[in-house]
Amino acid sequence: MKENISQSIPRSDAKAKLRGETKYIADIPFDKLLYAKTLRSTKAKAKIRSILLPKIPDGYFVIDQHDVPGKNRMRTVVSDHPIFAQDDVQYIGQPILLVVGEDRETVYNILAQIQVEYEEERPLLTLEEAENSSAVFTDYHYDKGNPCAAFQNAKTLIEDEFATGYQEHVYLEPNGMAAEFKGDTLFVYGSMQCPFYAKGALLETMDLADDKVRVIQTTTGGAFGGKEEFPSLIACQVAVASLKTQKPVMMIYDRMEDILCSTKRHPSKIRYKAALDENQQIVALDIDVLFNAGAYNGLSPVVLQRGIFSVTNVYHIPHLRVHGRNFMTNSVPSGAYRGFGAPQTIFGTEMMLYNIAVKLGIEPLDYKARHLLKRNDPTCTGGRIHDEVKMFEILEKITQMSGYYEKIKHSPKYHGIGASLFLHGCGFTGKGETVINGAIQLTKKNQEVTLKVSSVEMGQGAETVLRKIVAYTLEIQMEQIIFEKTDTGLVPDSGPTVASRTTMIVGGLLQQAALEMKERWHEAESFEVTRRYNHPDFLHWDDQKFHGDAYPVYSWGANVAEIEIDPVTYELTIKNLYGVYDVGVPIDLRSLEGQMQGGIAQGIGWATIEVMETSQGRLIQTNLTNYKIPTAMDVPEMEIEFISNPYEFGPFGAKCAGELPFVGAPPAVAAAVSHALKKPINHLPIRPEKLMEIDNEN
Amino acid sequence: MKIEFYLNNDPHEIEVDPAYRLLDLLREDFGLTSVKEGCGEGECGACIVLMNGLAVNSCLVPCGSILGKHIITLEEFRKTDRYEAIEKGFMDAGAVQCGFCTPGFVMATESLLNQNPDPTDEEIREGLSGNLCRCTGYNLIIKGVKLAMEKGAGLW
Repeated sequence: MKENISQSIPRSDAKAKLRGETKYIADIPFDKLLYAKTLRSTKAKAKIRSILLPKIPDGYFVIDQHDVPGKNRMRTVVSDHPIFAQDDVQYIGQPILLVVGEDRETVYNILAQIQVEYEEERPLLTLEEAENSSAVFTDYHYDKGNPCAAFQNAKTLIEDEFATGYQEHVYLEPNGMAAEFKGDTLFVYGSMQCPFYAKGALLETMDLADDKVRVIQTTTGGAFGGKEEFPSLIACQVAVASLKTQKPVMMIYDRMEDILCSTKRHPSKIRYKAALDENQQIVALDIDVLFNAGAYNGLSPVVLQRGIFSVTNVYHIPHLRVHGRNFMTNSVPSGAYRGFGAPQTIFGTEMMLYNIAVKLGIEPLDYKARHLLKRNDPTCTGGRIHDEVKMFEILEKITQMSGYYEKIKHSPKYHGIGASLFLHGCGFTGKGETVINGAIQLTKKNQEVTLKVSSVEMGQGAETVLRKIVAYTLEIQMEQIIFEKTDTGLVPDSGPTVASRTTMIVGGLLQQAALEMKERWHEAESFEVTRRYNHPDFLHWDDQKFHGDAYPVYSWGANVAEIEIDPVTYELTIKNLYGVYDVGVPIDLRSLEGQMQGGIAQGIGWATIEVMETSQGRLIQTNLTNYKIPTAMDVPEMEIEFISNPYEFGPFGAKCAGELPFVGAPPAVAAAVSHALKKPINHLPIRPEKLMEIDNEN
Repeated sequence: MKIEFYLNNDPHEIEVDPAYRLLDLLREDFGLTSVKEGCGEGECGACIVLMNGLAVNSCLVPCGSILGKHIITLEEFRKTDRYEAIEKGFMDAGAVQCGFCTPGFVMATESLLNQNPDPTDEEIREGLSGNLCRCTGYNLIIKGVKLAMEKGAGLW
């Protein structure tokens, strides 16, 4: 079997999903199961004075902070979120306790009768308030070159500011977890991206030995970052409940609860000062990035890192001063979401260049092209672009496909066309891969090979793609490769399923192991090959100074969007969307097209109709009736192409892919709207009422 | 309240609170887990079943209103040739990712093609606009419906 790796094969999980046979956590029966429901804070910031419980019937339980055997904090990058509230609450929706029992109606009734007496305190409600109060969780700086001198010598100085809103993941399967003890061993099952994150959190909260906790991922109905760190919290809560009740306990969120209390994309504000030389080239940027982290910092420091390390996008800017801060507000914590901070900064940078070009009277795409990074150029953190950059090839292809240059000259009013250029750093930021030091294992038994990784299938196609990498390397049939159940008791820790690292990093390790296995194939009937991650020698990173190669390699792309605005209602319609991507060598084109189209649709949603705001610390949009995501009527036809640019260290030359399409779509749409109305678009989401307002200015 | 209805072609007589959701009846009492709860308010379409041949969001249907009705879930529909055509079309198009919305899309496709065997692209988009998908961006599902129409020509 020697076929082109890019040629599509059927997904191994599609048939069972189509037949409705696939079991998600809520579909799995447990014997003597108890259901859990969470009592949540109704105050944005308050001390808890007292909690008055009704009479609790036999067989029903209240689980709170006092039942936690270990640390009452969820383990993550910053372990600050309490499993159950202690003396205070910091946001509306914060979990205080669980009510657990056999009959759900009874559980809800008990919950409704619990009275919490609060002593309210003055909350910090907005990013502006938090900035004025210096409520800073994380404060990062880095410089490149000599920004002071560059700003002093500048011919022109231009300032601009951008803002983006919340985004809810809306994975179609809401969060859900179940826990049970078998003897003295805790088993936790559920919908998640990172079984070993959940396990690490459980070890601390349950105070159990490493071999007494097993986490088993169940089929995960979408995640997009929303099931990266957040499920660890629910895992700990149901585990504590199971310990106390000595029965299996399951907690499934309904949609409103999921929207109310699960993590969101960080709202942002980004300020730019640009220094231009006599040729109108940008020589220096001073960039101030502000993220709203919500009530707890959690994963936000690393989100901010990716945000500020993506801030020059695909451009070579010789001098930089970058400041990034996560602010504390009394609102639902922000967390991981596809793109991880980069969509915010790349939107800002793309639109800043666009606005400058318009001001200077230069065609925006031409102006951007003048600043493009080339191979061996320094990155924003003083690392190097080690691999070939094919942006000019991408540009040529996308402008031809879309007829960009023709259309930009001849668009009638309320019609617009816009382009975005973008990249995404592949894998973990900085030393992340070295710290995780992911491991994989292949086990041969007779003619079958079992593939053991902790990377999960969550819809993105990981199971098929990883099996394909091993099968094609060993030159055996797909059916001979068995994907081991993602159970921390059965698979090694190959790291979390995040950062577009699964195909490139984990798939890369699998390919190396498969190559060894191929050589030794006839050595024995059964044997194992394991591999651990080794950071390539030529990559250097200083985690204190933020200097060096923040990422080993980048994937690249360009989008063109064509839009139309209704001159009466200002409703925005995206007519066409074009994408050209360099993801190294595509592993399975159909699977990748699904990633690209789906990522674009989410990006379009964030850029246009997905409005989520808070009022007095309360989310205004808490269901799918008032938080609208795109439907089949809202997405345009998409034309997607890939160019080949093999990466030496990726399996079959593959790089990262899943987050890249999200990053590109919003600035392309914003540029097209700006083109249609001849006004700058500096805020996402782009709302019709705002368009009406700016169109009627002057 | 006593209710007689047909579930997957079998007659049933049940004693049930008329306000009980059809979704819960199907999942909890009959163990039909192809029917998914994605939102509980009729926005996402993951719980779509056929009631007398037409797609309904089972989360919005109180059991009081299924008296004498024929309810078909994917567990039954997947035995048909029409299902086979949809399965093939969706597989070939790459219409399945996380799969949570998939049963709802399959049932909505059946309902659409049952009413309109030869829909235009625009009619397919409209026909499936009651189903949310967050993974695919929809175009590949629409392609799947078109392939199903080709493969199952004459079945609807």
